[in-house]
Amino acid sequence: MDLKLDEATQQGTAQKGCAASGCGSNDQQLSHLPEAIREKVFNHPCYSEQAHHYFARMHVAVAPACNIQCNYCNRKYDCANESRPGVVSELLTPQQAVKKTLAVAANIPQMSVLGIAGPGDPLAQPQRTLETFRMLSEQAPDIKLCVSTNGLNLPNVVDELCEHNIDHVTITINCVDPVVGEKIYPWIFWNNRRIRGRKAAEILIAQQQKGLEMLVERGVLVKVNSVMIPGVNDEHLQEVSRLVKAKGAFLHNVMPLIAEEEHGTYYGIMKQRGPTAKELQALQDSCAGDMNMMRHCRQCRADAVGLLGEDRGAEFTLDKIETMEIDYAAAMEKRAQVHAAIEQELKAKQEKPAASVVNIPLSTLKKAPAKRPVLMAVATKGGGVINQHFGHANEFLIFEASGIGVRFIGTRRVDQYCVGQDSCNEDETTLDRVIKALDGCEVMLSARIGLPPYEALEAAGILPISDYAMEYIEDGVLGAYRQLEEMGRLAEQLHTGFSVA
Amino acid sequence: MALQIVAACVNCFACVEVCPSGAIVEAKPHFLINAKQCTECDGEYADPQCASICPIEAAILDASGVPLNPIGSLTGIPLALLAAREEVHHARS
Ligand code: SF4
Ligand code: SF4
Repeated sequence: MDLKLDEATQQGTAQKGCAASGCGSNDQQLSHLPEAIREKVFNHPCYSEQAHHYFARMHVAVAPACNIQCNYCNRKYDCANESRPGVVSELLTPQQAVKKTLAVAANIPQMSVLGIAGPGDPLAQPQRTLETFRMLSEQAPDIKLCVSTNGLNLPNVVDELCEHNIDHVTITINCVDPVVGEKIYPWIFWNNRRIRGRKAAEILIAQQQKGLEMLVERGVLVKVNSVMIPGVNDEHLQEVSRLVKAKGAFLHNVMPLIAEEEHGTYYGIMKQRGPTAKELQALQDSCAGDMNMMRHCRQCRADAVGLLGEDRGAEFTLDKIETMEIDYAAAMEKRAQVHAAIEQELKAKQEKPAASVVNIPLSTLKKAPAKRPVLMAVATKGGGVINQHFGHANEFLIFEASGIGVRFIGTRRVDQYCVGQDSCNEDETTLDRVIKALDGCEVMLSARIGLPPYEALEAAGILPISDYAMEYIEDGVLGAYRQLEEMGRLAEQLHTGFSVA
Repeated sequence: MALQIVAACVNCFACVEVCPSGAIVEAKPHFLINAKQCTECDGEYADPQCASICPIEAAILDASGVPLNPIGSLTGIPLALLAAREEVHHARS
């Protein structure tokens, strides 16, 4: 039943849902995944839209070196793909990383995942990464481990990774065609030489695909990340999506290029623009499939700590960890209890589809006048509740309300949408940026909002609503949708393609 | 004969792990090459390993002080644009 409703939702959207043949049109939910994989991602904060409100994850920065150059990266900072551009993480030794992980896991019992994603490529020179994993699988066997890589050295490390009981690997695959690849990667370090141009891209692509195949063979979950670079790989990513899913990647996550001149990257200086929020969403929709799970990806910092969307890293700096007294065994027990409770809550939610899938009998819908879908932005600090002041939000969750229900579309970060040559001028205020980030949204739901921004949003065609402060997001979005209906705003611009049959 | 790491280095460790002679020292403010140990990879590899993996232009110099990866050679950013950027930076600071 869920699937049916979803299909209908998808047909109702402005985008044609799934134009590309490769992406199954009805696997929007976790339910299309094999049981074993579903179990694995169920309580993974980075993969399950629900879990990320409850479970926490952290990254440790132990792997500084890299073996390739990406045009969106500047090695003065952390890996731009796995972190936020322009960020520098605190580099830890494997021992420090283990200590930090144990301290966090003792203080935040929701902690369930430890990731290593940089600041360089964790597998380029894998000793530090592997050592961290080895110690952690001994000392905190309940923590899931995951790692991100550009894939170049992946085939050489797969077997060792598997020894440490790694069940999640993220490979960044921006292309499967060297002609595209040479526009993204200026060089790689391979077999003791620096290799450039198309040859470099060929080798990298071959290694990535081989690594992907090897992991799938060994039953390791593989997620593929792609950076969407307009005019370079944007169209090509549909092919990437088809190929990696055919090979067994369980998830393909498309992220926007973030290129700003001040980051000093090739793309930044060459004024390569990133995708607009709309372009990104259109591509995510066209490769959709299971994208539902990853749209909340926030491109965390490599040393991020906490629930997605919050960073508690400052509580766990090295000197603070030194002074903490921790009973590791008791902490692990506490975690087991907390995790079990969360899992129960999540299971209950799954069984009883909450407001996110609304039960409107299809028969009534057929007769009802077609109501167009509306995008709404939500300011939230987490917990699935509208609980953030508009002025404090630097990212928004985007939902689509339609006659059928509410569907999660993705997140938009305010700082991401300062893109392109003409759109980024220095006098631009934060408010302007927010408005740009919310392009396409008609409603903004927050706990509170001041009068000047209220008026500015309204003038930009975005209706600010704070009537649902502290209520569940789905309820607020639905309520706002009803409000729009009462105001007669849903009758405007009907989408002809909308049909539920 | 030895190479030299200079201030442009961002301490990324890449060179440390590929150096066959253990010549690179993790130092502050930037990494250094121990001239006594560095062989320029002679006899071991066709190219000096540190300079083949280093991501930062002009961070490693040869024995005569010439950058092994000159400005523009790794990123492909046109020199004119880089120069313009420098000027902006200077004007600002
Ligand atoms: S040239 Fe070779 S031996 Fe000398 S520091 Fe670089 S990698 Fe080491
Ligand atoms: S590879 Fe280059 S930037 Fe990195 S530590 Fe060595 S000299 Fe410094």
